[in-house]
Parts: sequence; structure tokens; C-alpha cells
Amino acid sequence: MKAIKIAFLVVAVVFVWFAQNHFDPYAVSILNNIAIFAILALSYNLINGVAGQFSLEPNGFVAIGAYVTALFLIPAATKIDMFALDAPSAGVLAMHTSFLPALIMSGVVASILAFILSIPVFRVRGDYLAIVTLGFGFIIRIFAMNQPTYTNGALGLNDIPEKANLYWTGFITIVTFVIMLNIIYSKYGRAMKAVRDDEDAAIAMGINTFWIKTYAFMTSAFFEGVGGGLMASMLTTIAPDQFTFLLTFQLLIIIVLGGLGSMSGTILGAVLVMGGTEWLRFLDQNMDIFGYNTGAHPGLRMVVFSILLIVLMLFARRGLFGNKELVDVFRRSK
Amino acid sequence: MDITTFMQQMINGISLGSMYALIAIGYTLVYGVLRLINFAHGDIMMVGAFAAYFAHASGIPFGLAVILAIIAAMVTGILTDKIAYKPLRNAPKISLLITAIGISFFLENLFNVLFGGVPKAFSAPNYLTKIIHFHGIVIPMTVIIIPVVTLILLFIMLWILNKTKYGMAIRSLAFDIPTVKLMGINADFIIMLVFAMGSGLAAIGGIFYAISYPSIDPLMGVIVGLKAFAAAVLGGIGSVTGAVLGGFILGFTEIVVVAFMPELGGYKDAFAFVFLILVLLFKPTGIMGQDLERSRF
Repeated sequence: MKAIKIAFLVVAVVFVWFAQNHFDPYAVSILNNIAIFAILALSYNLINGVAGQFSLEPNGFVAIGAYVTALFLIPAATKIDMFALDAPSAGVLAMHTSFLPALIMSGVVASILAFILSIPVFRVRGDYLAIVTLGFGFIIRIFAMNQPTYTNGALGLNDIPEKANLYWTGFITIVTFVIMLNIIYSKYGRAMKAVRDDEDAAIAMGINTFWIKTYAFMTSAFFEGVGGGLMASMLTTIAPDQFTFLLTFQLLIIIVLGGLGSMSGTILGAVLVMGGTEWLRFLDQNMDIFGYNTGAHPGLRMVVFSILLIVLMLFARRGLFGNKELVDVFRRSK
Repeated sequence: MDITTFMQQMINGISLGSMYALIAIGYTLVYGVLRLINFAHGDIMMVGAFAAYFAHASGIPFGLAVILAIIAAMVTGILTDKIAYKPLRNAPKISLLITAIGISFFLENLFNVLFGGVPKAFSAPNYLTKIIHFHGIVIPMTVIIIPVVTLILLFIMLWILNKTKYGMAIRSLAFDIPTVKLMGINADFIIMLVFAMGSGLAAIGGIFYAISYPSIDPLMGVIVGLKAFAAAVLGGIGSVTGAVLGGFILGFTEIVVVAFMPELGGYKDAFAFVFLILVLLFKPTGIMGQDLERSRF
């Protein structure tokens, strides 16, 4: 067992190294995108798939992570030039660190917000989490728009130093994957699954369900923040409109396709959905079908993806992997 | 702040609140019966507004266009239930929520592809947009019509729920679906009825919204839907009267806060969310609601 796991790790590390050095820039940019979405989807799957708490917040936490990292990376002089709507506040000017601390700070800030949100939300069960977190995603955008001293308002931040490359995104994906698997197979992971399957039974077994849910939510938020930071540094420019519900929706498709609760499935889902988004690009553009020009249809890809999501839920609720992991294939059946 | 301005803001608040109320009723009905947040509800409202727009633009008289829009929204609501929710009645709740999101996103993007994302100007006949001057208060006709229609619809809803056989069936479904089926009631038909009523009300709310902010776009249902849900929770989810009350409170708050504290104007859309958090923190059952697990209209 252990040998197989290590073999997977080595293959992944070698692949990241090889891709960064030998692939052409377009392929590397797609891989970067896949890696970032894999990080986000892995952490999203922890709260949605493993702990069974249906939340719709990733766009909010990703936005926070992106803004925190961006503010930490941009030098003070650039900030003064960039903030057109209002002068940046003193705190924003003082923020400056290297990339890794910035990413960690992104995760910590997102995590703290997750803790604050969990207090009202986990007082009631189930679907309130969905609507409150959905609202949270909107609110973060409203704040980003209305606090020009911190975020430069609707103009967003640009000239973010491009620190992220495939080493960063790839290795953080691998680290996230390993941490998530370790959580799932730990005491906490089993408690999360118990909460997902039957909350009353979990309480009866002595599990503090509030803390388990909060723990899953905060861990998930941490990695979503980190992923947001990577995204900011990769895109070099961020604006409030990037962090709409569309982002959450893409992550939802990824984890549903891969299988709720399966981390290996999530990686595969990220590859398929992000690769598919790239591949289906032709749908949004002009098409000639038997000589008839259909015209450009921006958004058609998303119609396809929403139909895919509904069909998956109706006919293949378990996704590609169910809640199994790739290594389970090698495990002898009991 | 003189009395005229005050009255003016009160009237605006009542009008906005009525719109939230109409949409909140749909959330509360579906939640009461299926324990499901119908994420597509805001988008069904959008479908209603678009149907009214296209019907009116093609020369159909406005009154008829409204009826067509209500029918279109009802059909959308019923189809949503039949296609996306009915096959999953016995599935885990999370599956239902995911398909609800899927339907919501599907409707938004389908309308975006078909009709474009650019807001369309919504024109209503003169007798609706006429403006009355009353002791210095400017009252558009809609502002009077919307609350009146809302209250009439509320009483009709309460009458249906409390005095008719179908209403009794709906209330009993809210308690226990399997037992209701054993009593020989066609549960699927009653659930269809619930979706039809909620969607019809949403269409009326959507048309009022379109008249008041005279433009419509495919994403208009998202934020309004979210606010209406917050209103339903505030009033006590599962209670129709509560939904209307919550809608009025939310509408008032938005108008009054923006009128008295203009610097908070940018955060207008955040109030609903703050309400939602406060209600969950201090009184998760809302104003009129009873036990969350077993609420009755």
C-alpha cells in the first residue's frame, strides 16, 4: 500500500517538474489553471462531500485570499499609483511580505471569516448554510466594490507580481491532496462522515457536531484562501467581478463529477472540467453548421455545464469515483 | 427630514416590500412542503418578467400578457419540479440542492444565450406608470397597486390554505408525506400545485419589479431571490403571513436606511444578508415561524 502511495507522489512531483520545464506556455497556463481549481475543489469537497454541509461560499473565500495576497505582494509605491478612487489606507500600504507568508495569511484570514460565519449558520441544520454562504459570496463582492481604500473598488488590483508558476500551484495541489486524505482517514474525517450520514447518530456517539462542522469549514476556507492567492498571483490582475457565483458553480461541477467525498475523483474532475471548458470554447464563438452561421453565443458553455450537472445528479449521483479513492482500487477486497 | 419626505419613503418601502413578499411566499410554500430551498425560484420570477416583456412587445394587451407570464412561470415551476426534484424525492437533501442550483444556473444562462445579457427596457401601459401628486408626495400608480394586489393575493393564499380541501392537503403534506399518501391523497399533484402557486406569485412579483425598475435582464432573479429568501426566513419559514411580513420589513429597512444614511447606499444589497444572520443567531424560527422541523403555514 505504502509503496503505491509513494509511487503516485513521485509520479506527480516528476510530472510537475517536467511540465514546468518542457511544456509550451499555453499548456503550462492550462495546467496552472487546473492545479488552482484542483486546490479549490479539493477543499470545497471537504465541506460538501466529506462533512456533507452544502455550502456555496468558495467565491467569497477565494476573493478574500486573492485580495490579501495581492495586497501583500504589490509594493507600496505601486499601490499609491494604482489606487485611483481613494488613497490606500495606511494598513494596506504597510502590508508587504514575500509570497509564501502572503499565501498563508490569505488562508488564515479566510479561515477566521469561516469561523465567524459558522457561529450563526451551524445553529440550524442543512440548507441554511447554502443560502447564507451564497449570500456571503455576494457580500464579499459588495464590500470589495465599496471599500476603495482597501480594494481599489470596482477597478480592482493589477500589476500583481507574477510569483505563481507550476512549481507553486502543482506542489500546493499535491500538499493539499495529501493533507485532505490525511484528514479524511483521521479521527476528524471519520467524525465528519458520521455527521454527513446521520447527524443525530453522530451526536449520540458523543461527537461535537458543531466543532466538527466548523473544523471542516475552516480547513476548507484556509485552502480556498490559499488557492485564491495563487490565482491572484497567476492572473496578475483581480477585480470584484471575477469572483461571481460562476466560480463556485465550476467547483460544484468538479466535485459532483469526480464524486462527492472522493479526493482522487476531485483531481480527475478538475482536469476534465477545466480541460473541457478550454475544449468547449468553440461553443461560445461563431459556428458554421452546414453553412449556417449560428453567431456568437457567450454563455453557451455554461448551459452545457448546467445540463451536465443536472443529468449527473439525476442519473449518476455518485460521480466518477463515488466516495472511493484511487488507492482503494489497489486495496484487496475484504 | 420633513413629513413629506418621510411619507414618500414609507410609500416606496411598502412597494418594495410587497415585491419581496410575493416572491418570499413561493419560497415559504415549497420549503414548508419539501424542506427544500428552491434556488430556481428567483429565476422563475425572471422567466415571468421576460414572458410578460415578450408578450407585451408582440402587441398583446398588458393584462393578457400578465396572465400569459403567470402561466409561463407556472409551467417553468412545474417542469422544474417534475424534471429536477421529483426523481430525487427520496435522495439525500444535498442532491436536491445541487439540482436546484443546476436549474437556476441553466435558466440564467439559457436566457442569457437566447436574449443577451443587456438589460431590456420594460414598458408598461400608462395607467400603471401614471404619477399622482398628493400634498407634495409623488406617488406612481404602481406603488399603490402593488401593495393592494399583494394583500389581495395574501388573503387568497390564506383562504386556499385554510379553507379549501387542497389547502388542507398542502398543510398535511408539510407534516408527513408518506402518511398523506396512505390517506389516498395524490401527493405529487399537490406538490405540483404548490409549485404552480409559488411560481405564479413569483411571476407577478417579477412583473412588478420590472415595472418599478423599468428594465429586465437574465440575472435579475439572483439577488432578488436571495433577498426574498431572507425575508421568508425573517418572517418564519413555512408561514405565508410571515413571508409577507418579512418582505415588508426588509423592503422598509432597505428604503429607510438608504434614505437616512445615504453613505450606506452601496451596501443596500447586504441588509438582507445581515437580517438573515441575525435571525439565525437569535431566533432561528423567525417572527411567525414555529418549530423549524415541523412548521405549518
